[in-house]
Amino acid sequence: MAIDALVISEIDSFYGDSHVLHRVCVTLREGEILALLGRNGAGKTTTLSTTMGWLKPRHGSIAVFGEQIGGLAPENIVQKGVALVPQGRRIFPSLSVRENLAVAEIKRKGGNRPWTMERVFDTFPRLRERKSQTAGSLSGGEQQMLAIGRALMSNPRVLLMDEPSEGLAPQIVAEVGRIIASLREEGLSILLVEQNLELAMTLANDVVILNTGRVAASGKASDIAADQEVLDRNLGVF
Amino acid sequence: MQFWIIQTLNSLAMGGLLFLLSAGFSLIFGLMRIPNLAHGGLFMLGAYVGATLLGQSLPFWLAAIVAGALVGALGVILEGTLLRRMAGNEQGQVLITLGISFIIADLCLLSWGGDPVPLAAPRGLRPPVFLAGFAFPGYRLAVLGFALAAALGLWMLLERTRLGAMIRAGVDDREMARSVGIRVSRLFSAVFFLGAFLAGLGGVIGGPILSAYPGLDADMLPLALVVVILGGVGSLPGALVGSFLVGIIYNFGTALFPDFAYVILFLPMVVMLVVKPTGLFGRAMR
Ligand SMILES: Nc1ncnc2c1ncn2[C@@H]1O[C@H](COP(=O)(O)OP(=O)(O)OP(=O)(O)O)[C@@H](O)[C@H]1O
Ligand SMILES: [Mg+2]
Repeated sequence: MAIDALVISEIDSFYGDSHVLHRVCVTLREGEILALLGRNGAGKTTTLSTTMGWLKPRHGSIAVFGEQIGGLAPENIVQKGVALVPQGRRIFPSLSVRENLAVAEIKRKGGNRPWTMERVFDTFPRLRERKSQTAGSLSGGEQQMLAIGRALMSNPRVLLMDEPSEGLAPQIVAEVGRIIASLREEGLSILLVEQNLELAMTLANDVVILNTGRVAASGKASDIAADQEVLDRNLGVF
Repeated sequence: MQFWIIQTLNSLAMGGLLFLLSAGFSLIFGLMRIPNLAHGGLFMLGAYVGATLLGQSLPFWLAAIVAGALVGALGVILEGTLLRRMAGNEQGQVLITLGISFIIADLCLLSWGGDPVPLAAPRGLRPPVFLAGFAFPGYRLAVLGFALAAALGLWMLLERTRLGAMIRAGVDDREMARSVGIRVSRLFSAVFFLGAFLAGLGGVIGGPILSAYPGLDADMLPLALVVVILGGVGSLPGALVGSFLVGIIYNFGTALFPDFAYVILFLPMVVMLVVKPTGLFGRAMR
């Protein structure tokens, strides 16, 4: 049996005294995309934050390819092969495009096509045109591409993406979708948080739905997409 | 005419000194999110150590560098021991820097006594320089030149090196910087060394103008705070422009309206806090 890329097992997370995640479990298989869905405030970002080490889980465990990372600091978790494209992009606004990529570079042994700055520029030609500009002056779509490129510079095995289509024009959403699919083709394992249900369901192999900090449903994307009752109960507006 | 020229030069020399003090203060503030309340103490300690080194007849600029390096080393040790223990507890860290400032002040009083200790300017810079028929104090011109050179060096370090880009990334968004693999706690040490070094150096270079005396620390710290509020936390251009602004406001303010010296200095600060709380060059940090 192959080892799964990311196994989040029964985690509880808190902001101070406020208990946000309750025994959340997510299993991402190698080379697949798992969509994590849920309403605003359901706990999607908190799940990613806990995986990246921004919050320490008070219960449960997190493993990347069998190695425990729960409770490690973010700078050590990225060394283990996890990278984050955060909600709101959070590029470094006062750094140039080139510097945003350079500070995030982690070279790893092995791997057939490592990510380098040149390769990021080949994937996102718009970034090459703007490489000397400060990142804060980029458009929203360009910032999202920079955030994705920056995450890839660490040559991750597991990519966490938090609403990469948020606030983007439709044709840019489509482009981001194509890039996510092509990353999977290369064997990257992706945990994708999305509000765009159509995009999520087209890309994902599996789906986990959170509702008020608990797993409400999980299964194959095709099964969940067909279950209108589950979608209405957990994603629909009241 | 001579009045205006002299006051302008005094303002610029004071601005240069303030830059040496506040560049590091601002970087530490930007990266670690705490005002280092010991920064005035580090400046004063530099001045006293410089005075002692000059007493051993070290050449002036060498004494300044050595004093700066010693104060810088002390800064790294304080950061690596006391502050790191309080990582994540920013209020606790601020209180520790306050405690350190008291300890430095008392130890200086014990070691160098209560009387001001003068520092002699380098011999070659003591006579006035005559330019276009006016007499300029040579040493103040040199301070200005030195501060501008330091600003250029710092700018190169921050804008042209990988370390500099990592520091700026940490100022922009510390959590995200850690998540791309930047070891921000190592940057704390680097920035603390740099900041303490510049403060100690500034203390020696300011010595011939200010001399070393008990209370020098408490005189300098509020000025650094005003500089950073005017210029913007974590911004080097902000520290430079803010320093010269404070130098100009302070010198002309006290010369022209001696009764309102404090108002004149702190009024612009209050206005800035209301109009643009991030300062002239600062931006919101995460
Ligand atoms: N920094 C914080 N401090 C305190 N509470 C927080 C914090 N961030 C989020 N929360 C709370 O935790 C809960 C889960 O938030 P989270 O950001 O994980 O939701 P989400 O599913 O990502 O929502 P969205 O779709 O709006 O991004 C919410 O109730 C939110 O109010
Ligand atoms: Mg979210």
